[in-house]
Amino acid sequence: MNDINAILLFAAIGCPLLCAVFLFAGKSLGNSLVKGIAFVGFLAPAVISFWLWTQYAPEIPGGYDFISKTSTGLQSFGIVLHLGLNGVSLPLFILAGVVGLAAGFYAMNSKAERLSQYLLLLLVMQAGLMGVFASVDVFFFYFFHELALIPTFIMIGVWGGRDRHFAAMKVTIYLTLGAMLSLAGLIVLYVKSGATSFDLLTLREILAAQPLSEIAQRNVFALLLFGFGILVSLWPFHTWAPLGYGAAPSSAAMLHAGVLKKFGLYGLIQIGLPLLPSGGKELAPLLAWLALGNVVIIGLITLVQRDLKQMLGYSSVMHMGYCFLGVACVSLIGSSGVVILMVAHGLTVALLFMLATCIYHRSQTFDMLEIGGLVKKTPVLAAFFSFAILASIGTPGPGLANFWGEFTIFLAVWDFRSWMVVPAVLGVILSAVYGLRAIGRIFFGGPTESFRERLDSDIQDMSWNERIPALLLIVVLLIVGIWPRLVSDNVNAALQPEFTQIEQVVSLSEQSSEE
Amino acid sequence: MDLQTLSEIAKTNQWSAIYPEVMLGVLALGLLVLELLFPKRWHTLIPRIAVLVQIGLLAGLVTCGSCSAFYGKELFGGLLLQGSSTQVFRIFFLLTSILVCYLGMVALKKQSLPRIEFFHIVLVITGAMMLLVQSNHFVMLFVALETITVGFYILVSYFRKNPLTLEAGLKYLILGGLSSAILLFGIALLYGAAGNPALIGSTAQSMNFPSLLTFLQNNPDNVVAIAGMLLVISGIAFKIGAVPFQIWIPDVYQGAPTPITAFLAVGSKAAGFGILLVLIDRVFVPLTSILLPLLAVMTAATILFGNLTALNQRNTKRLMGLSGISHAGYLLLGVVASVSIPWAEGAVLFYLFTYLLAAMAVFAVMTHLASPEDSDLEIDHFADLAKQRPFLGVILAIGIGSMAGVPPLAGFIGKLLLFIAAFQAELYWLLGIAIVGVVLSIYYYFGWIKAAFFDSWKTPGQEAAPTPTAFPRITFYGKLTMIGLAVATVVLGFFQGPVTDWLISR
Repeated sequence: MNDINAILLFAAIGCPLLCAVFLFAGKSLGNSLVKGIAFVGFLAPAVISFWLWTQYAPEIPGGYDFISKTSTGLQSFGIVLHLGLNGVSLPLFILAGVVGLAAGFYAMNSKAERLSQYLLLLLVMQAGLMGVFASVDVFFFYFFHELALIPTFIMIGVWGGRDRHFAAMKVTIYLTLGAMLSLAGLIVLYVKSGATSFDLLTLREILAAQPLSEIAQRNVFALLLFGFGILVSLWPFHTWAPLGYGAAPSSAAMLHAGVLKKFGLYGLIQIGLPLLPSGGKELAPLLAWLALGNVVIIGLITLVQRDLKQMLGYSSVMHMGYCFLGVACVSLIGSSGVVILMVAHGLTVALLFMLATCIYHRSQTFDMLEIGGLVKKTPVLAAFFSFAILASIGTPGPGLANFWGEFTIFLAVWDFRSWMVVPAVLGVILSAVYGLRAIGRIFFGGPTESFRERLDSDIQDMSWNERIPALLLIVVLLIVGIWPRLVSDNVNAALQPEFTQIEQVVSLSEQSSEE
Repeated sequence: MDLQTLSEIAKTNQWSAIYPEVMLGVLALGLLVLELLFPKRWHTLIPRIAVLVQIGLLAGLVTCGSCSAFYGKELFGGLLLQGSSTQVFRIFFLLTSILVCYLGMVALKKQSLPRIEFFHIVLVITGAMMLLVQSNHFVMLFVALETITVGFYILVSYFRKNPLTLEAGLKYLILGGLSSAILLFGIALLYGAAGNPALIGSTAQSMNFPSLLTFLQNNPDNVVAIAGMLLVISGIAFKIGAVPFQIWIPDVYQGAPTPITAFLAVGSKAAGFGILLVLIDRVFVPLTSILLPLLAVMTAATILFGNLTALNQRNTKRLMGLSGISHAGYLLLGVVASVSIPWAEGAVLFYLFTYLLAAMAVFAVMTHLASPEDSDLEIDHFADLAKQRPFLGVILAIGIGSMAGVPPLAGFIGKLLLFIAAFQAELYWLLGIAIVGVVLSIYYYFGWIKAAFFDSWKTPGQEAAPTPTAFPRITFYGKLTMIGLAVATVVLGFFQGPVTDWLISR
């Protein structure tokens, strides 16, 4: 039985790729056939991810399940396609499946030019996303990330909106820099550890037995931190994000902001902290300060945005600050809070980017000062958008998973540096201000002179093609929000042994330094 | 020399060991004969014959089981020495030559020039490259290297009606002559130092690599020998285009016919690296303490120079030349690492193969797009390529992506292996520079992709730029070749399989 599940895990990556190859090979396929093939490619990973969730029963609680190893020819360097899921990667794997399905479904019914090529790139991206979270091998973890990243650049450049050429160039250079730094960090980790394998489990065993020297740990962790930090838009390396998301086509923005960006945080939690505990502890204060930069400075910048998509881009940068803050706590509560927030934020931000495009189709502008009074024509859209904004603020209330993530992180921050809770909570207020103001300006309030004419014209409420992906995201968000233990139990089980170990190592090294 | 020595030397004349080179020479002459014999309308067949025979030779070399019998034995009285890495290089050069012949067929269609001589010279150069990497003696090295260089003097200025080509030919002639002189002077100094009977370990065979190695081991601080070594390395640095001997590259690459630019970029560079690896591995071992810092500085300068100068380059042939300099830098990184990490040599070979596949794919697209003027391939000529010629666009993107080292293409794995080797050799600051170089390179590779793929923003009223020339039709074999290159690049990125075994764990 387990074997079948391992094959299914492989299929979750292979199926979108295979569909992409079909689309590439069959250039003159009919439109409906193209959509059909693409739909299979998006549906399969989502279905498989839910199925594997029900099947997840590892030998050690939170440990890896559905393990398979395939050799690709680099085994002499210890690189083997080693797939598996553990308590931390499973929720993100499901997130990738769900957001992928929503983004894919939305893209299929969008009126993008050269639809077949657009879907092809999205499918490649989807395959990369599933691969990132299913990889146990550190090399393939990086490889799949890049596989998903490259289509993003092309999609921004070809199908993007205003400023797309500049945005594509900037995003490419920034993210390549981040990726190269993290690759360098991963290779140093491999070489320094003396392991003959890029396998995460082997690396963990070896580094638990013989940790690196403190200086080496600090340097490697710094490489990973800044590499991953650039990829996750850590302040002050965030400038690519609002620009990129502002220009990106909606499905690409959904997948990148929703899922791919979580790569860096996932890497820090799954690789950085467990393998380099004292390095993580040493750099945590620096990370915390930068994270506060994300929360407060970017929060203030978000306040003054007029462009809806730019605002969403900045707000997603801001929420990454909470995630970094959780990582900086180097504690079990903090890290599990980060995982919950990553899932919740991924679903929310994907929903918001999609709804922003829905609004654009009706208003023909992203400028929030020009739109107004849209609620009369589009009540459903208004309801969905308000729900998404409330969720993204982290409103305390049942069914909003973002709240659980942020709340847990605040608890961890209290233990780490109590005063930091104050600016962090201030950030929540900031996001409430800009979030609610966006709802108010777009949907309520009187329309401006120029917009009144358009409002009188024929504006339809959300069609089912738009409602289905939105509902999909909302339902999953509600499930996680109402019953967060579905996620957190596995996460805690997976992280518990790691953090016990980290505490031991760190306290040992503190003792020795005191002596 | 008595009869016995002569007969012993004669016994080492294993002609069967170098049958591919001999066959190439025969084929080269045969082409000229065929040109005389065949009626004019059959002349288009001659290049095809050349390609077919080379494919046969390649198949023979790849499947050659008995070749390994000669490994490690000095052949032809110590002139040649074969090994598993020379075998890889011979296959590499044959493959390059086949592709250059194909590109030549495409490019010459647009010219009214003598044709057969082109293929003749390409074959001669290829044979010389294959002998160069097997050389075990400085005479062999110099003769092979000069054969290559003299051949290139002619080929670089082959499109003789174009003034830029003539300029390129002249520059290559003068600077090539200079570098040969430097190399020769270095060889003479080494010969003189090692032949000095007053020194321990002196030898009468002082051009023979093993004898020279013995001498250097006994006299690692002989100033004359060190000066000779430096001059020899300089002469080879000219071939691979390493800073500060890179100055000829942009002009020559732009002026030379595009197939010859490809041949220079791939073949000539690989030949330089082949002989550099031989010398560092087998001759200058006692001098590594002097050589390594020097090579390290050259590596850093080469990577930075290539990438920085390419940033604002609009002519794609110059761009290929300048980015080729940076690739030479990454390869040098592997060469430096190979002193302490033996498998790094395999990483260099792997990188060379990925570069062959990617660069040839790009050059194939360029050759197809080139006007009869040939040297004016600006980036703007690629505007909207993806819309007008989607096939060429995809091939170009895969080639450029692989050269930029973008996963999941083969170039990424090549860079990854080089970087791992460099990490193991603890060359941290060089790695830092290499990473900066990779990020810089994204800028100009991306600019090229942008021109080909992203619709150029046209303000209303401004008409689209006129497309340069009517595109020639791509033949079936042309498509097959390009698809082969692109598929190999993609597949090697995902699945390296036996290739790493063949190249690295030899």
